[in-house]
Amino acid sequence: MYAQMVDTGASRLRSREEMDADEQAFQARIDDGQKIEAQDWMPEGYRRTLVRQISQHAHSEIVGMLPEGNWITRAPSLKRKAILLAKVQDEAGHGLYLYSAAETLGVSREQLVDDLHTGRAKYSSIFNYPTLTWADIGAIGWLVDGAAIMNQIPLCRCSYGPYSRAMVRVCKEESFHQRQGYDLLLALCRGSEEQKAMAQDALERWWWPALMMFGPPDADSVHSAQSQAWKIKLLSNDELRQKFVDQTVPQAEYLGLRVPDADLRWNTERGHYDFGAIDWSEFHAVLKGNGPCNRERLQARREAWAEGEWVRAAALAYADKHAAAERHSQAA
Amino acid sequence: MKDWPLWEVFIRSQHGLAHKHVGSVHAPDAALALKNARDVYTRRNEGVSIWVVPSAAITASAPDDKAALFEPAQDKIYRHPTFFPVPEEVKHM
Ligand SMILES: [Fe+2]
Ligand SMILES: [Fe+2]
Repeated sequence: MYAQMVDTGASRLRSREEMDADEQAFQARIDDGQKIEAQDWMPEGYRRTLVRQISQHAHSEIVGMLPEGNWITRAPSLKRKAILLAKVQDEAGHGLYLYSAAETLGVSREQLVDDLHTGRAKYSSIFNYPTLTWADIGAIGWLVDGAAIMNQIPLCRCSYGPYSRAMVRVCKEESFHQRQGYDLLLALCRGSEEQKAMAQDALERWWWPALMMFGPPDADSVHSAQSQAWKIKLLSNDELRQKFVDQTVPQAEYLGLRVPDADLRWNTERGHYDFGAIDWSEFHAVLKGNGPCNRERLQARREAWAEGEWVRAAALAYADKHAAAERHSQAA
Repeated sequence: MKDWPLWEVFIRSQHGLAHKHVGSVHAPDAALALKNARDVYTRRNEGVSIWVVPSAAITASAPDDKAALFEPAQDKIYRHPTFFPVPEEVKHM
């Protein structure tokens, strides 16, 4: 997902009796469905895990603009260009909502940005794949934003107030992202043989990375158990992945595209699609920094930050100068 | 370089409604805070008016004072109209 394999610092899930009084009261509030707000007491592990999760999510929104930004100047029509611009601008907004939510936990924006640029903080594996053709823009909206929605809708109910409110805003905007992607592919699939082949090629390259976005099976993971107890993760990775496959396969069929999985078939007994094994070695390689575009993505972020430095400094100098002049005229 | 100061953003969604807190933005001054708030929080006609307030200027009640501040209201149920039974015969009141 946009936050993958988030470390909770827990080595095992502790029982109620092992918690001190503050922690017991905190867990009771969460079990009762209450929201935790920034000023409330919270265990250090909860705070740290949330900073990790929310900042990873924010970084993914920001880095996620790069693969799509690649096609803004080459969109095939003014209409598609305006739509893509609006979509990418939304992602910048999502990043900002989420950075704000992370900052309520006592970490500075500067620190968050620095963690991304030095490689201490991660972002989603999916944004390390290249956008080779225009059809990739459709595949990203349909599959990547589609997968993100699966994860973000339950997060609207998460226990941390500022995070859940940010997710509500994000979810309101996400459905446009998915639909514009599907609409783009629909246009290609109704076009020439070449256009349809381009859409098929995009699906073939994005399908497996999209399934990997949900992260490795985590039913037995102590971090997932801890995150679920804290209600900052609401469904397991495999549950979300299954929902995604069940929803997406019929949409691919409507497009007339073939999902690149020989083992994919409807299982009447389970009421779900069965699908093939995922190559997790690829996922771990990408997470380690060895995907097709990891270096390029970080490089682009670092350059953008460094080249904007003079703008940030100038704006601050201007504000300081005017504030000083204001004080001076009031004193006079 | 240090971060630009943080501003809290409040938006009135329609005429006649109150401004509501929606989130925060960083900006060097009030004018840019307004511009940033517009870009970040009103891309879909969410508002007709924006307030920005330096986050540092907000004084908030402490969670530990919750009982002292809000419990006294709980036993004053006579402040609600439903406390008073209205006779059947007296229809609209
Ligand atoms: Fe997003
Ligand atoms: Fe999106």
